[in-house]
Amino acid sequence: MKSMLIGLLDWTDARFPLSKLWNEHLAKYYAPKNFNFWYFFGSLALLMLVLQIATGIWLTMFYKPSAAEAFASVEYIMREVPMGWLIRYMHSTGASFFFLVVYLHMFRGLMYGSYKNPRELLWVFGMIIYLLMMMEGFFGYLLPWGQMSYWGAQVIISLFGALPFGLGEPLTLWIRGDYVVADATLNRFFALHVAAVPLALLALVAAHVMALHEVGSNNPDGIEIKKNKDANGIPQDGIPFHPYYTVKDIWGVAVCLILFAAVLFFAPTFFGYFIEQPNFVPANPLKTPEHIAPVWYFTPYYAILRAIPDKLTGVIAMFASVLVFFILPWLDRNPIKSIRYRGPLFKFLLGTFVVTFIVLGYLGTQAPTAGGSELGFRLGELYFSFFLIMWLYSKQRTHSFNYTVLGIVAVLFLFFDAIRYDPEKTSLMIVSSILVIGYYVVFVLGSMYTKLNEPKVVPERVT
Amino acid sequence: MSTDADAGRRRFLTASVAVVGGVATVGVAVPFVAAWQPSERARAFGAPVEVDISKIEPGQMLTAQWRGKPIWIVSRTPEILKELPSVDDRLRDPQSTQDQQPSYAKNEYRSIKPEILVLIGICTHLGCSPSYVKQGAEPLGAGWQGGFFCPCHGSKFDYAGRVYEGVPAPTNLVVPPHEYLSDTQILIGADEGSA
Repeated sequence: MKSMLIGLLDWTDARFPLSKLWNEHLAKYYAPKNFNFWYFFGSLALLMLVLQIATGIWLTMFYKPSAAEAFASVEYIMREVPMGWLIRYMHSTGASFFFLVVYLHMFRGLMYGSYKNPRELLWVFGMIIYLLMMMEGFFGYLLPWGQMSYWGAQVIISLFGALPFGLGEPLTLWIRGDYVVADATLNRFFALHVAAVPLALLALVAAHVMALHEVGSNNPDGIEIKKNKDANGIPQDGIPFHPYYTVKDIWGVAVCLILFAAVLFFAPTFFGYFIEQPNFVPANPLKTPEHIAPVWYFTPYYAILRAIPDKLTGVIAMFASVLVFFILPWLDRNPIKSIRYRGPLFKFLLGTFVVTFIVLGYLGTQAPTAGGSELGFRLGELYFSFFLIMWLYSKQRTHSFNYTVLGIVAVLFLFFDAIRYDPEKTSLMIVSSILVIGYYVVFVLGSMYTKLNEPKVVPERVT
Repeated sequence: MSTDADAGRRRFLTASVAVVGGVATVGVAVPFVAAWQPSERARAFGAPVEVDISKIEPGQMLTAQWRGKPIWIVSRTPEILKELPSVDDRLRDPQSTQDQQPSYAKNEYRSIKPEILVLIGICTHLGCSPSYVKQGAEPLGAGWQGGFFCPCHGSKFDYAGRVYEGVPAPTNLVVPPHEYLSDTQILIGADEGSA
């Protein structure tokens, strides 16, 4: 029996590189031995992708992509298809978990400098995957044809209407295929959601993994394990991905699925954050819900859009807040990769960015108020300032350089405040500016006049 | 392998194949791009609609539908009309200089008949449909002069659909082309000029 299997493997290997692929990507792919908690999320993202594809295929078996039937067909899945509710909730909960896992995966990259040389392209592929996921989430959210589906799509498509030179209106008409979001829009979004974007996603995921296995994984110390190889050319601090990390990842999968099942069975709409309440009402083109907000994974960017009292600038700022991640490898050129060996100020900087992102995300879910918009605007300034400080911290800067940067930022931000000045909000604007002033005092003056930004010694080998 | 004469010839052939291939690619893209334009059926549904306004009470708003969009018809009371100029200094475009209305609605009331306002009920920011909020009513409360409030991003418009300053919407609400067929019948989507 065993010799027959070996015979079959030999026969296959002579015709297809099965063993070669297995070894290159699993059994003889040497990953750093010091992976920690944060290294679960890459494989978990893959798990979520597989789950979304499987549940998505099943949903298309019952869903009807037409404005007249879509809402009812989703209710049909929920009430009449045997266990249809479970498949549908797996898909909707899976979407939110997919984003959660990917956000944690990206945060890992930020902490350990995984986007830096030689992993720039790996990071860019990852960012394209993130953009495709956002498109996938947006197209998919229209399909249930509820109130939030309808008006959310209306708002997002209208973003393109902000394009100048008379291009905006024809473009939105072309995207919708009608004068408003209508049957034509739903039908094409369905095609994009179930075929076009998933195909592109799979291709990009393959490219992401290939790029990773070409350059090798980073690790919590940010040290290249390929610099210390033994006589056989194997990294001394590396261990084969299989069985060591496959087993570790299976443990991560088990924990993730327990949490997933808990949400799935006990709070599938997650208090209106995974599926928003107005989406249980059929789309009505004549009435916008009292309060509309995108799903949670878009809200930080949405808060930035909403905080800017000018349509075109708001749209540009929103797209810029997503796209700025693409150029991060060329902004942050500090040779030290891992947060472990950078000064306390850098840790505080990254922590502040996380808080900024979360608070913006919260503001994006809330109804617009004067105070909320003002806070959103200031946090938007801090959001972009993070990338500026990352660039500033790339190397030791002279005092005059730092003061020049401070001067430019001050002029720019005062200019923003001047053009958006509203006499009713004077005190609000002054109070909120403390946030931005404090930020720059801590991160620019702090790095000039204290030792808090001094790096630690990076060890030769991983710890 | 190749002589100098060959190299020039090959470069020419490569370039011409690339150009022809490029043209073919653009040509093939045409049907794919064109298919996304509104279909003939969608265009036909864009035809004008007639609305009966005989039952509308002063101060009330009636919603019709044209091209799938909400069309508001508001009956404004004399008090409302008298108050209109009082908010002029807080508006972006009080004189309606931007081309957001047909020429016959380019006046202080933005309407043909002063008391009857006809608007497309779609916010000029990102396309939500604002709510009709009367003077002093929630969620805007005291100090609100009445008009329209967009719940999505907080844009405000007065009783003539003119946009306030300091809100994300850039322009006044759009007045659709319309004409009176009789005292109680309005045709939305066409006017004498276009018929």
